[in-house]
Amino acid sequence: MNWDSWQAFWAMGGFGLYVWSSFGMLLLCIAGEIGLLRRHRLQVWQRLKSMKSWDMQ
Amino acid sequence: MNFYNYASPATFYPLAGKLIPWFAVLAFILTIVGLYIAFFVAPTDFQQGEGYRIIFIHVPAAWMGMLIFVIMAFWSAIGLAWNTRLSFVMARALAPTGAMFTFVALWTGAFWGKPMWGAWWVWDARLTSTLILLFLYVGFMALQAAIDDTRRADRAGALLNLVGVINVPIIYFSVVWWNTLHQGASVSLTRAPSMAQAMLWGMLIMALAAWMYTIAVALARARTLVLERERQTEWVRGHLEGQP
Amino acid sequence: MLKFLFTVIRRDVLLAARRRGDWLTAQFFFIMVVSMFPIGIGPEPEMLRTIGPGVVWVAALLASLLSLERLFADDYRDGTLELMMLSPYPIALLTLGKAIAHWIINGIPLLLIAPLLGIQFNMSAEAVWILVLSLAIGTPILYLLGSIGAALTLGLRGGGALVTLLIMPLYVPALIFGAGAVEGVLSGTGSEAHLSLLGAFLMMSLLLAPWVSAMALKVSVD
Repeated sequence: MNWDSWQAFWAMGGFGLYVWSSFGMLLLCIAGEIGLLRRHRLQVWQRLKSMKSWDMQ
Repeated sequence: MNFYNYASPATFYPLAGKLIPWFAVLAFILTIVGLYIAFFVAPTDFQQGEGYRIIFIHVPAAWMGMLIFVIMAFWSAIGLAWNTRLSFVMARALAPTGAMFTFVALWTGAFWGKPMWGAWWVWDARLTSTLILLFLYVGFMALQAAIDDTRRADRAGALLNLVGVINVPIIYFSVVWWNTLHQGASVSLTRAPSMAQAMLWGMLIMALAAWMYTIAVALARARTLVLERERQTEWVRGHLEGQP
Repeated sequence: MLKFLFTVIRRDVLLAARRRGDWLTAQFFFIMVVSMFPIGIGPEPEMLRTIGPGVVWVAALLASLLSLERLFADDYRDGTLELMMLSPYPIALLTLGKAIAHWIINGIPLLLIAPLLGIQFNMSAEAVWILVLSLAIGTPILYLLGSIGAALTLGLRGGGALVTLLIMPLYVPALIFGAGAVEGVLSGTGSEAHLSLLGAFLMMSLLLAPWVSAMALKVSVD
């Protein structure tokens, strides 16, 4: 184990700001990418569905 | 196994749908293992203290940024040579993820450099080349976005991609040359601490995790692209009856 | 085939000669961009001498991107480009000819203006000479690579900004070796290495760019 306590873990030996900003940005980017992907798929799905219903009429 | 089957969007779509969960789970597991090693197994670095742990995402992100661009070029070449629509779709599907990793590499590079060497940004060879790689990604996506005709957009982007990939080694070489000429600070930002075994394993596992993630995301994006392109076909119209 | 090449070059040069206004605008753009830097940064002669080569080179990049928009666009708009592409000659000859014509029209004036700008930036005579030499070797590279961008973005809305976005990364080696050659004079380390690399890059561009540009034209026009 590297850390004496949770406090020590978050502090990262004084480098907490830098380490967590980095990991945080990565997390943000991944969440953003997956979110955008989902949204895009839903939009396409809905648009194609409504286009199909126009054809039926 | 007849591989030409998978060149058909109708076969690709359900196959990709089945594969995505597997890659996603793999990515998740590998990430957990990698992070565990990164924080709880790898020892504190003698010179850089705890701040060095950023390399566990910086290096894999930089690797993926580069690798994805090359894989895109592979699909672009196949598309141009054999006119297979799915190849172009794969290249398009990979680009945003590649750009994302490249951006993360730059961001984490800055946050690693600031405490270590006192500057948010240094114009060293690798960071500068990574920045130019980001420009190449953005150029690819901008060009495709600017062209309405799908076929022209596919082929133009593919051509640009290939020109870019051929130029990357030349650009890298020229930037290294430029950097050694203007050598002010003699510290290389990307000179990692001498690798303990645990550090190397951590980086490799995180890189593998990033790769699995990329495949999952690219397949998902490709599926949506395929839906849109094949919207006139029977199988898509039938599929739309179900759930998204 | 050579006759075809010369015809293409001659045609473009003649057409440009009739539109002197456009051409003048591009030259003044070059001069103005360069003049902005001392105004923005400060007039200390020592500093200007250091940044001069880079500034002039970057301005040359921007000026070339500005003018490249028109490389194929005018002919595309009135249908001439498609007709020329139907000729029995390889399209790469067409793109090569247009790039050469473009260099004659826009590149050579750049070479003539550069010494004046070099003086503005307090550069020594030897530095100015190497600047002109580096531009002489480098500007053809800019137009050859730029023709690829112009072909890919034919008829698109994004215009100049899009071509810039696409082609700037490809310009980086030319910029590094070109400006580096002049800095070699300033720092006393010599410019031969830079100029040779620049020359090699020119050879590569000359051999490959017309073909890629032709492929891009086929993608954009068909």
